[in-house]
Order: sequence, then C-alpha cells, then structure tokens
Amino acid sequence: MPTDSFGWIVFMFQEYGLMFLQGAGTTMLIAIIGTFAGFGIGLLVAIVRTIPIEPSSSLAKRVLMKAVRGILIAYIEVFRGTPMMVQAVVIYYGSAILFNLDMTPIVAALFIISINTGAYLAEVVRGGIISVDKGQTEAAHSIGMTHWQTMTSVVLPQAIRNIMPAIGNEFVINIKDSSVLSVISVSELFFMAKSAAGTYYRFFEAFAIACAVYFVLTFSVTRILLAIEKRMDGPSNYDMYSLEETEGLDHA
Amino acid sequence: MPEKVIDIKHLEKYFNKNEVLKDIDFSVNHSEVVCVIGASGSGKSTLLRCINLLETPTSGEILFHGRNIQDGSVPISKYRAKVGMVFQQFNLFNNLNVLENCVVGQMKVLGRDRRHAEENAKEYLNKVGMLGFINAKPAQISGGQKQRVAIARALAMEPEVLLFDEPTSALDPEMVGEVLTVMKELARSGLTMLVVTHEMAFARDVAHRVVFMDKGVIVEDSTPQVMFDSPKHQRTREFLARIIDK
Repeated sequence: MPTDSFGWIVFMFQEYGLMFLQGAGTTMLIAIIGTFAGFGIGLLVAIVRTIPIEPSSSLAKRVLMKAVRGILIAYIEVFRGTPMMVQAVVIYYGSAILFNLDMTPIVAALFIISINTGAYLAEVVRGGIISVDKGQTEAAHSIGMTHWQTMTSVVLPQAIRNIMPAIGNEFVINIKDSSVLSVISVSELFFMAKSAAGTYYRFFEAFAIACAVYFVLTFSVTRILLAIEKRMDGPSNYDMYSLEETEGLDHA
Repeated sequence: MPEKVIDIKHLEKYFNKNEVLKDIDFSVNHSEVVCVIGASGSGKSTLLRCINLLETPTSGEILFHGRNIQDGSVPISKYRAKVGMVFQQFNLFNNLNVLENCVVGQMKVLGRDRRHAEENAKEYLNKVGMLGFINAKPAQISGGQKQRVAIARALAMEPEVLLFDEPTSALDPEMVGEVLTVMKELARSGLTMLVVTHEMAFARDVAHRVVFMDKGVIVEDSTPQVMFDSPKHQRTREFLARIIDK
C-alpha cells in the first residue's frame, strides 16, 4: 500500500483509471445531450414566447396564445426555481410511483438535465432574440418574409451567435452539475470517484483525481466553443469580386 | 387618367392617445416619383410605414391597385413583396453577406431557385455599383455602400413601388451623393417611388409631385415648381424658410 497522498493518487489512478474514464464519459454524455437538447427546448420556447399577439387576430387565437405563454412561463419558473438535485429525486422516484414508469438512472438523468437546461436557455435565447435590432425584423417583413422565415433566416442566426458565450457557460455548468445526478445513482464521474474513495477510505486522493478530470473536460470544451465562435464570425476580410466588371456609379 | 398604384383614404393612426396621422387622403400613380417633406414628427415616416403595414393603421383604407390590403383578400407577405422599402438605418441583414442579402428574399418569398436569384441579385448590385462587394458582410462596408446594397435588395424583389424612408439621413455628407445618384437613375427608369426626404434639391429635381406634411396632415400637394417657388400655404412657406436658412 502507498504511504503518502501522491502515492495513493498514482495507485488509485492505476487501480481505477478505467472507472474514472467511464465516469468522465458518462458525465460528458449527460452534459452534451443535456446542453443540445436543452438548447433545442430553449429555442422552441423562446420562439413561441416571442410570437407577437396581434390585436387583429381572433379571440380564440389570442386566448390560446396567452395560455401557451402562461404554461411556458410556469415551466421556466418551476425548473429554474428548484434545485436540479431535488428535481432528479422527485422525477426519478415520482415517475415510478405515480406513473409506474421505470426509467433507468441514465435515461432519467438525460431527461432531467435537458428540461432543466431548457428552462435556463429559454431565457437566454429570448434575451438573444430581443438583442437583435428591430430594424432587422422590419427589413425582413418589408420584403415579404413571414414571422417564421424572419426568425430562421435573419434573427436566430444573429441571436445564436450573440448567446454563444452564455451557451458555453451552460455547457460548463452542465459538466460540473451533472455530479448532483449521482443522487439517483447515475455512474458519472462524481459517483465513480465516490465509489473509488469508499473502497480505501481515501477521499482526498480520489476526488483530487476527479477534480483534475473535471477541469480537463471543462477546459477542453471552452476551447472548442471559442473555436466554433471564431468560425461563426467568418473571415475578417472579404475578397473583391471581378472588380473590372463593376461600373462606376461611385461618386460621379 | 393615370393609374393609381397606391390609394389612401381617410387614413388615421394613433399611438395610444397620440394622433399621428389625421384623415390622410393621398395617392401615388404608376411611374410617379413623389417626395414627402416636412419637419420631424410630422408623420411622414409613419405614413410610409403604414403603407407597407409595418404600422397597423388605426382606421382608413389603403388600396393597392384598387384592392384593400387589409381585408384579408391579399396575404400581407405577397403585398409587401410588391412594395419595397429602403430604411434610414439601411437594416441590411447582418448575418448575411451582400449577395445573400439580395438573394434570401427572392428564394424564401418568391420561391426562385438559387441560380436565378443570384443572377438577378448580381444584376441589381451591378446597377448600384456594388457588384465588387458581394462577399462582404454589412459590417465591412460604408454607410453609403450599405444603402446602395439595401436598394439592390429591394429591387431584386422586383417591386412595383419602392418606399424610401429618409434614405440619406443617416449618412455622412460625402456619401449622400452616391445614394442620390442611384435614386435618380431609378426615377429615370420609370420606377414608382415614394420618398420621404430632407434633400430639397433632390425633391425639386427628381420628383413629379411634392407633398408637405405638418402635424399629421397633408398641408400641400403640388408640383416641385409650385412647392418651392410659390407655396400656397403659410406653414409650407415657414418650413421651407427654416430649411433654406440653414
């Protein structure tokens, strides 16, 4: 048996390296799917919430749209207003008791993190949509685009670019906060570290390893997202197009 | 009898309790260039924005070739595609390059295929002298260049009427000329144009009719000669005196 902490870290790494790796894999799976699915949910919720309610449309339509808005706001408030750890327990055990639904922990984890992230990103996306200048929407409308076409071709591409840093934030938070899902026995990184620590009662060493792995994961993800942002911005210069063909309407 | 493209009857617009347009009767004929002048807050821009329904009129009728555009018989998007708009702040789509700005509407709204839409876009970009810049993003070109692209974007939809909402007011003085040159060219080609402007020289030289608005009403509607040389109304004279003093 090792005699000092460093020795223990090396030992545990050799002994449980594969477990930590598996845990890291599960953590990343939860974080990636949670962020992407949550982004999809957030996008949908935000688009629906920003559909203008025209005073000219029929009463039934206005009532329906107000009701849908109410439900979406309730969803956001409930999932933002309660801890994900508590949501996990309530949904995982509650679905079994109330609906006789037997989810595996990993399925429950993916479900919970997705709707939780969705509630946060719905507000982020809405902020992104609001931040796009109203003139962009007016110009799109003025050439005959519908609300949907305006959103998909003009507003959302700009909104999504603007909220990329916030999405990156959420991704990093998901990598770390998926640890609370160990409460429903998902074998992600925190759960694996706890198991490894319990075997030899070496908590510091096991979690020092987990700590390092978490950091490598989050740091890699932020680097990748930065690269994606750069790509979205495109080249900072443009090539002139067959200039000799253009005729001089430039100042006479 | 010239054909009325746009015919406005008893148009009123309130912003809450604030009456911005008061019982406006007004029309634009085919191939006519009409300039609307007046002080800030006189309702010129609101009139223009009501015409393509960016603002919903409080009451009154807007007829396009004799058809009421608000009775639901014509889809708004179809109508708007025929009535182009050029904005003071250009409003080019910031996420798209110059070519795509002029292509996206043709494809989404008119259902044209990409090849046709690009050829068409290039033709109009050439017309406004911006063909060389098709790969540039809006943030990479100057204000005057943006406005010329915005005009090409509107033209690519092949509208029957083009509305200009103070197209040169946000430009540096040295860039006003290039935009006005393009607009003069368009006027000569017989395009129906309704131009809200503070460029009195442009109104005098290019317009067939000049409309003076004040406090939500059309005070005077006459030829440029009458409007600028012998205006009938006291308010018109006062406005023009203020402008010319500057």
